[in-house]
Amino acid sequence: MISCHEAVGRLWQYLDNAVDEVDRARVEEHLARCRRCCAEMEFAQELRRVLADSADVDVPDDVMDRLRRTVEEMDR
Amino acid sequence: MSETRTDPVQRTTGPGRDLRQGAAAGTATLDFGELARQQLPRLYSIARRLVGDDAEDAVQDCLLKAFQRYGELRVASSGPAWLVTILVNCCRDRGRSRARSPQPVDFEQLERFSLYRKIAYEDPFPYSDSLHLDFLAGLGPEDVRAVLLRLPMLYRLPLVLVYMDGFLTKEVARMLGVPLGTVQARLHRGRKLFEKELWDYAEQNGLMREARG
Repeated sequence: MISCHEAVGRLWQYLDNAVDEVDRARVEEHLARCRRCCAEMEFAQELRRVLADSADVDVPDDVMDRLRRTVEEMDR
Repeated sequence: MSETRTDPVQRTTGPGRDLRQGAAAGTATLDFGELARQQLPRLYSIARRLVGDDAEDAVQDCLLKAFQRYGELRVASSGPAWLVTILVNCCRDRGRSRARSPQPVDFEQLERFSLYRKIAYEDPFPYSDSLHLDFLAGLGPEDVRAVLLRLPMLYRLPLVLVYMDGFLTKEVARMLGVPLGTVQARLHRGRKLFEKELWDYAEQNGLMREARG
């Protein structure tokens, strides 16, 4: 079984589905037996969610007006 | 192995109809306007995360360049991604001209940093049963975006595009004109830097002060 250090080092790639089959199996074997690394994976998942949830930025009305005006001028 | 797209953001991509049909009918300018108008909220949102207060100027730069190069767009359905690529380059240019000499990063030390372990060790919420999740719950979207802006553009870009806008790493590699391995390496370092900066930001802004009492 891979070590905690090795498993944690691959957690994000694992969550991204960016590891090969062999590494995926190794990480999953480790997670099945290591509660501490499961907690660290849960944290990594939550951190990804926090990033994703911070994506949307409202466009202020005046900014949107100016940008639309630029497009309109190009559109003529 | 097939990389999973992180697609948290409702893309404002329009219908997949062929915009070039419009061009063939002599309405290319109209089609550019339609594409641009559809994508304005998304472009501004990405720019805000990449260059902060310069977002509006970056989108204006992007619109101008895209308008001048609209004839290069061959596949209409790739219009939204094509616009984002132009925007990313505009943001990089702005980042370069604004950049002060960046703080050198000690990557060996950074490699050993783990936000998970740091929170466990420092124990900012002694009475909490869910210490790590409480730490994250104290961060609002504005905080997260402020932390991203602290990162060098090199590492901020892949984090924003992959984890906030749902692009695949291979798409980011194409967008930036670098090999896939380079994007993956920057993503890895970017995540580490983000974790480190997240902790520093929380400390500097008193996000854990009340809990420490």
